[in-house]
Amino acid sequence: MGKKRSNLGLIGTYILWTMMSIFTLLPIYWMVVVSARSRVELFSPGKFWQTTFYAQNYTNPLTSPAFQRYIANSLIIATSNALLVITLALFATYALSRWKLNGADNIFFWTITNRMAPAAAFILPLFLLFTRAFKLGDFMMFDTRIGLILLYCVFNLPFAIWLLKGIIDGIPIELDEAALVDGAGRWTILYRVILPLAAPGLAIAGILCWMFAWNEYLFAAALTSTRARTITTGLAEFVTVTGTNWGEMAAVATISLLPALIFLVFVQKYIVMGLTFGAVKE
Amino acid sequence: MRSNRMGWGLLAPTLIILGIFGLLPFFYVIYVGFFDWNVFSAEVGRQFAGADNYRRLVFDEEFLGSVGRTLLFAFCVVTIEMILGFLLAQTLVRDFPGKAVFRTIYALPIMIAPIAVGATWKLLTIPGFGLLPYYLDKWFGIEYQLGSHSGQAFWTTVVMDVWHWTPFVTLTMLAGLTAIPKEPLEQAQVDGANRFQVLRFLTIPMMMPVIITTLFIRIMDALRVMDEVFLLTGGGPANATRYIGILIWRVVFPQTNYGYGSAMSLLVLYMTLVLAFLLFSVLSRVGKQNTSEK
Repeated sequence: MGKKRSNLGLIGTYILWTMMSIFTLLPIYWMVVVSARSRVELFSPGKFWQTTFYAQNYTNPLTSPAFQRYIANSLIIATSNALLVITLALFATYALSRWKLNGADNIFFWTITNRMAPAAAFILPLFLLFTRAFKLGDFMMFDTRIGLILLYCVFNLPFAIWLLKGIIDGIPIELDEAALVDGAGRWTILYRVILPLAAPGLAIAGILCWMFAWNEYLFAAALTSTRARTITTGLAEFVTVTGTNWGEMAAVATISLLPALIFLVFVQKYIVMGLTFGAVKE
Repeated sequence: MRSNRMGWGLLAPTLIILGIFGLLPFFYVIYVGFFDWNVFSAEVGRQFAGADNYRRLVFDEEFLGSVGRTLLFAFCVVTIEMILGFLLAQTLVRDFPGKAVFRTIYALPIMIAPIAVGATWKLLTIPGFGLLPYYLDKWFGIEYQLGSHSGQAFWTTVVMDVWHWTPFVTLTMLAGLTAIPKEPLEQAQVDGANRFQVLRFLTIPMMMPVIITTLFIRIMDALRVMDEVFLLTGGGPANATRYIGILIWRVVFPQTNYGYGSAMSLLVLYMTLVLAFLLFSVLSRVGKQNTSEK
């Protein structure tokens, strides 16, 4: 009896999750389908399945110098930001964990609360600062990669510190002290003792920060014009410009979610852990 | 213990970056909010306007309407996502073959760029070749026109957000569910409690901290909604989906009304912080009551 019921439950679970998977994948499936259709094909409605592949939707943007620059910018910005964030976050969490620094916690609390406010609220001051204040001779922060790399630290750093704090706190201070007795300096301890033990946490933080930076749109759109544009702003440009080329837009959107797909397939468990960590933590 | 110099030294780069890119804009927005500063207005430059921007803001129907719409949107999506996420998480507690595959597929929307989410839903709902208008018309005879029906536009943004963020709620709930002790649940079942009773009197109270944190994260995130709606509807038709982020964007960029935009940004920031504080105290009180009840 009990066995039968659990089998029924299992079938129900499969039906439910098959439906959920269809619901989840349908918009993505349709995007890939659109990206594989020519303009003529696209406007012949009622065709759900796709058998042909119109490669031009991909080759056109991929061979255009502007779009190549967008992708390169996105890669450079996301990678530099992730590396910078985990380096600084390692320093900061180590400092917060091993020294009593009065008032430092407040600063992080403040930045985390700031993150909850609509990002749009910060567009204007940042735009004005980037175009008018952050200048040095010919250099202007507006429309530079370094501007976005540093700016993304504002939301990635508190997140990474928050994620790493527990991990660094969990490394026994006796290890530091033993190394100190052996005559190791602080940098050696950080590099030889803390870094290897915190590496998995740093990797999760790095991947998530990379994704956040890769996915960010609003600031990239407001604070760049041509040179430092990223793939997300390139994607949005397809819609605002008149006479949208839907096939190419779908292709660019598909390209933009490839990193997410790769990360999910290979390190899904850790990503989920990192994302849900905040909610489950005490 | 040791000299704090090195500690502060290690923290310094972080503090400097957060200061320049986090604190400075915050103070700057307060400052600009007191000026009448429109780049394309007749008088060049900006003029001190005192609290004029704020005076105008509290009677600005467009602004108030947008705040109301954003709150309604947040209420709808968070309610649906929390209930759905909680129920779906229940079905994932037990291991079954293929669970990992389902979970990977299901986690995909969380990782997609919001702007790309907007793009996928745009392609799905666009008249001409979108799946939704085509099949709604063919199967149900419903005329689905995102560009002209404000109700449809609103609910489409809700469904899009549910699609985007229910997985996150489900996964946090799942993480919470796997962390709570199993013995009390099994004991209760042995004692003859039915499923609903177990859920109501054991699972939910034990899950309260996770539920509250997730609820809090989701409410704050839903109020910030921007990129995906921006691409899907652009805030339209008329102002049906012009949530607060989109309104600020419009005032700042196409209209270049810097002073007014700053005042609006600051007021929104302030309202968010107050709301966050209120929510947090109310929610943690509810949480405590619920835990002590059992």
